[in-house]
Amino acid sequence: MTEPASMLTGDRIYRIHWMPGTDTLRGICHCGAERVAEEPVELWEWLLAHPYGHQPPEVVAPSPHAAPTRTPVAA
Amino acid sequence: MAFARNQWYVTAYSSEVGRDLLARTVLGEPLVLYRTESGEAVALADRCVHRRYPLSESRLDGDTIVCGYHGFTYDQTGTCVFVPGQQRIPRTARVAAYPVVEQDSLIWVWIGDRDRADPTTIPRAPWLDDPRYAVVRGMEPLNARYSLLVDNLMDLSHETYLHGGYIGTPEVANTPITTEVDEERGIVYVSRHMDDAECPPFYAKSTGIQGRITRWQDIEYHPPCLYLLHSRIAPQGLYPPAEGEDSDAFHAEIVYAITPSTEHTTYDFWAVARDFAIDDESVSEYLHQSNRTVVMQDVTALNILEQVIASEPDKYQELSINIDTGGLAARRLIARMVEAGTVGAPR
Repeated sequence: MTEPASMLTGDRIYRIHWMPGTDTLRGICHCGAERVAEEPVELWEWLLAHPYGHQPPEVVAPSPHAAPTRTPVAA
Repeated sequence: MAFARNQWYVTAYSSEVGRDLLARTVLGEPLVLYRTESGEAVALADRCVHRRYPLSESRLDGDTIVCGYHGFTYDQTGTCVFVPGQQRIPRTARVAAYPVVEQDSLIWVWIGDRDRADPTTIPRAPWLDDPRYAVVRGMEPLNARYSLLVDNLMDLSHETYLHGGYIGTPEVANTPITTEVDEERGIVYVSRHMDDAECPPFYAKSTGIQGRITRWQDIEYHPPCLYLLHSRIAPQGLYPPAEGEDSDAFHAEIVYAITPSTEHTTYDFWAVARDFAIDDESVSEYLHQSNRTVVMQDVTALNILEQVIASEPDKYQELSINIDTGGLAARRLIARMVEAGTVGAPR
């Protein structure tokens, strides 16, 4: 089975992929946030609530000046 | 049943509009359509301002309609240019003229505020008027609300059960879909790409392919009215080349225009444009007959469903599963259009 490529291009595209071989849907917001669900109503509600509850994949930019936020318990 | 006003709707095929008067009701508004002597398509309100007689039951005199009851006469702008027995034409003697665009062999009519009609927003179906394609088409009146046809077309898994032996095979219902929504342009796209699929008679007989196929169904819905199904059929394992024409595959562009007529009736315009066997009349006859059969299977089912739903309470219970992902997206966009079209509307 060939998984369809994304067909629409634009700045505000919502996508829901039905994962082959499963009952799982994966929703992808235009902001990059993702969530999986077992049925579409809940997933659309989450997608369309953007930006509420959406957190794009975290990008950590290392800064030489930033102090470590966490100290290992046992270094 | 709410309608999306301030939108363009397919009201007829170009070939239907001529020097005979054609009656159509769109979003509950009765229209009369005709073509002027110079070939321009016209849509006017289909009620004489005098005693409401249908102008579609009247006659053309040049580019004017002469009411078949008392002779009130209207030009193509809807202005009354003659009333019987007196010289003075009352200032309010006019009927509404609707913005009309003829494009891709379709007659689009704007239902809403005239000054908001923008022809550049009309979605395209270029295959319907392209010599590289052969087209079969029809229109079936549906005794069901338009949303049932939208649901039907947005979820093609029903082909397996309702259209088995024509276009349905087990793979349609069994293959996962990808759904995309362009929030800014208002488009829903649903892809179902099937590999190693059975070739249904609809395509086996028209393409001559024997054996298993790669079958792609890509729905591109431009709510509220235009539905496009890009159908790609190829022998199993044959995919589009990375560059250049996909000339080894067979393509059918299946076009529907979903036009609400009244709250419980819909015009179901359908067309199949193909890029293969375009000069073979027997293929055209076969596809016309087969697709009409398929459409009538839908019509029968949706007419039954309308009777059931009309008898249900307003917020009847239903259940949506994965196959409904695209249909749910379409419903939301339509609801948004209904809301936008209601703001400031005269009724």
